[in-house]
Amino acid sequence: MNKVAIVAAGITKFNKSDKPLESVMLSSIRPIFETTKNLGQGDIDVVLTSTNANRNYFANIISELSGIKPKISHSVESLCNSGTNSLVSAYAYVSSGLADVALVTGGDKTDNPGLVLNWDMSRGEYRHPIFWSSMFTSAHMRKYGTTLEDLAYVSVKNHRNALDNPHAYFEKSFSLDDVMHSKNLTENLRLLDCSMPCDGAASVLVCSEEKAKKFTDNPVWISGIGQKTISASFTKNDDLASMESTKIAVDDAYRMSNKTAEDIDVIELHDAFSICEIIELEDMGFCQKGLGSKLVRDLHDTNNKKVNPRGGLIGAGHPLGATGIAQVAEIYYQLNGMAGKRQVDGAKTGLVHNMSAGSTSSTVLVLES
Amino acid sequence: MTRFEDELKNNNFVCSYCVKCEHFVWPASEFCNKCLGDVTWKQVSKNAKLVESSSKDGRYFCIAEFEGNIRVFGALSEDSQPKHAQDLILEKCDYDNSPKFVFKTG
Repeated sequence: MNKVAIVAAGITKFNKSDKPLESVMLSSIRPIFETTKNLGQGDIDVVLTSTNANRNYFANIISELSGIKPKISHSVESLCNSGTNSLVSAYAYVSSGLADVALVTGGDKTDNPGLVLNWDMSRGEYRHPIFWSSMFTSAHMRKYGTTLEDLAYVSVKNHRNALDNPHAYFEKSFSLDDVMHSKNLTENLRLLDCSMPCDGAASVLVCSEEKAKKFTDNPVWISGIGQKTISASFTKNDDLASMESTKIAVDDAYRMSNKTAEDIDVIELHDAFSICEIIELEDMGFCQKGLGSKLVRDLHDTNNKKVNPRGGLIGAGHPLGATGIAQVAEIYYQLNGMAGKRQVDGAKTGLVHNMSAGSTSSTVLVLES
Repeated sequence: MTRFEDELKNNNFVCSYCVKCEHFVWPASEFCNKCLGDVTWKQVSKNAKLVESSSKDGRYFCIAEFEGNIRVFGALSEDSQPKHAQDLILEKCDYDNSPKFVFKTG
C-alpha cells in the first residue's frame, strides 16, 4: 500500500445558525484552498462527504459548489463516526493508487436526524442516547466504584480545554459544582455530562506521498487504522463497563502502526458523555481497567491537555458528520505545532477515537508527523 | 407492521427463531443471522435477568435479558432499587411507535 498523508485541514465555528448545510460545509473547505500551496480544484480526484442529514447526491452537490469535478464522489454515513469512516475510505482510495488527492468534508446541523437510531428495537421506548449512556455509567459504577464526581471531572476538564479552542461551541468554563448541579437527566447523568448537538463542519485534504510534496513541507501520516462493528443494536454490548468495538479497533490500529498507548502524545477521543472518556481511556490502554477516573482527575489537576485538547465533544460540540473529521483536524494541527494555546508540547504521534451508537462501532486512527 | 410488532401490540412477546440453528434471532428478522435461512416465530419466556438499571424522574428502567441472548430496555413497575442479575418477569408489553416492555421483580 502507498503511504497516505494529511496535508491540510479546515474547520468552522461550532454553533447554532440559520445557514444551510452546504454553506456550513463550504466554510470548512475554503480555508483548505486558502492555506495550501499549489492546490487548485483540478488537483482533487475524490470528494467524500460525511453527514447524517439524509441528503441525496450530496458529495456531487458539494463538489459542484466547490468548483471540483472529481473522479469519485459519494457520501459516507455511519452516525457519529461518519467522519472517520470517510477518512478511512479516502485512505483506501489513495493507498490503493486509485486516486491521488481526496477532499474529505463532514458537517451537520443541530436538528440532523442521526441522533437517534429508530431501527434499534432493543432500546424499546428508551431510544435517546442518554439511556445507553446511563447504562454504561451504572455498569462502571457497579464494577469499579466510579462516582458522579468522577464523571463531573471529565466535563470540567473538557469545557476548560474548549476555552482555548476558538471553534468550540462552549465559550465558558464550568466548576465541579456547576456540573454536579446541572439538570439531572437520569440518576447518574447530568446535562453537562453530555455533548451538545450543533452546527459545524470540518474538512481535511488527504493525498499520496508524491502529491504531499507539492502541497506541504509538513505532512501528517496516517500510520494506523482500526475499525470494528459489533452490531447496530446497543444491547449487543456484552460488558457495559467496556466498549468491545473500541478495544478491537485500537488493537488493530496499534498493530498496523507498530505503536502502543505509551507512544501516543495527544489523543482525541469520543466523549459523547462523560462516562465514555473514562471507559475509552481504559479500553485503549492509557491506564488499567478501573483507573480511568483517576487518570482524568490527574489530567484535570495538572492542566494536562493530552486528552481532548480542543475540548472533546463535550466542550467543542457534536455536529455528528463533522466530529470525526474535526478530531482528525485537531491532531493534524497538534502534530504540526499549529494548535495555539492548546498545543501539547512536542507532540509527534496522535490518536483519534470516534464511535457510534453506544460503541456498537468504533474507528481508531494513529497519525504521525 | 412486522409480526414482532403486531404481537407486542397484543401483549405477546414473540421473536424469530431458527429451527436449524436452534436459536432466537434477535433483533427480530425474517432471516436467521447465522445461516440466513428462514425463521419461525416463537414465544419468548416471560422470565428474564436484570443486566443493568438506572432511573429517570424516580422511575426505574433497565436492560433485561431473555433466553440467554435477547436483551431489551424496559421499565420496572416497582419502586424498589433493582439489583444486578436479579430475576425479572415480563409484566406487559406493547408497541406504539416503539416496543414497550414493563417488568416486575421475580
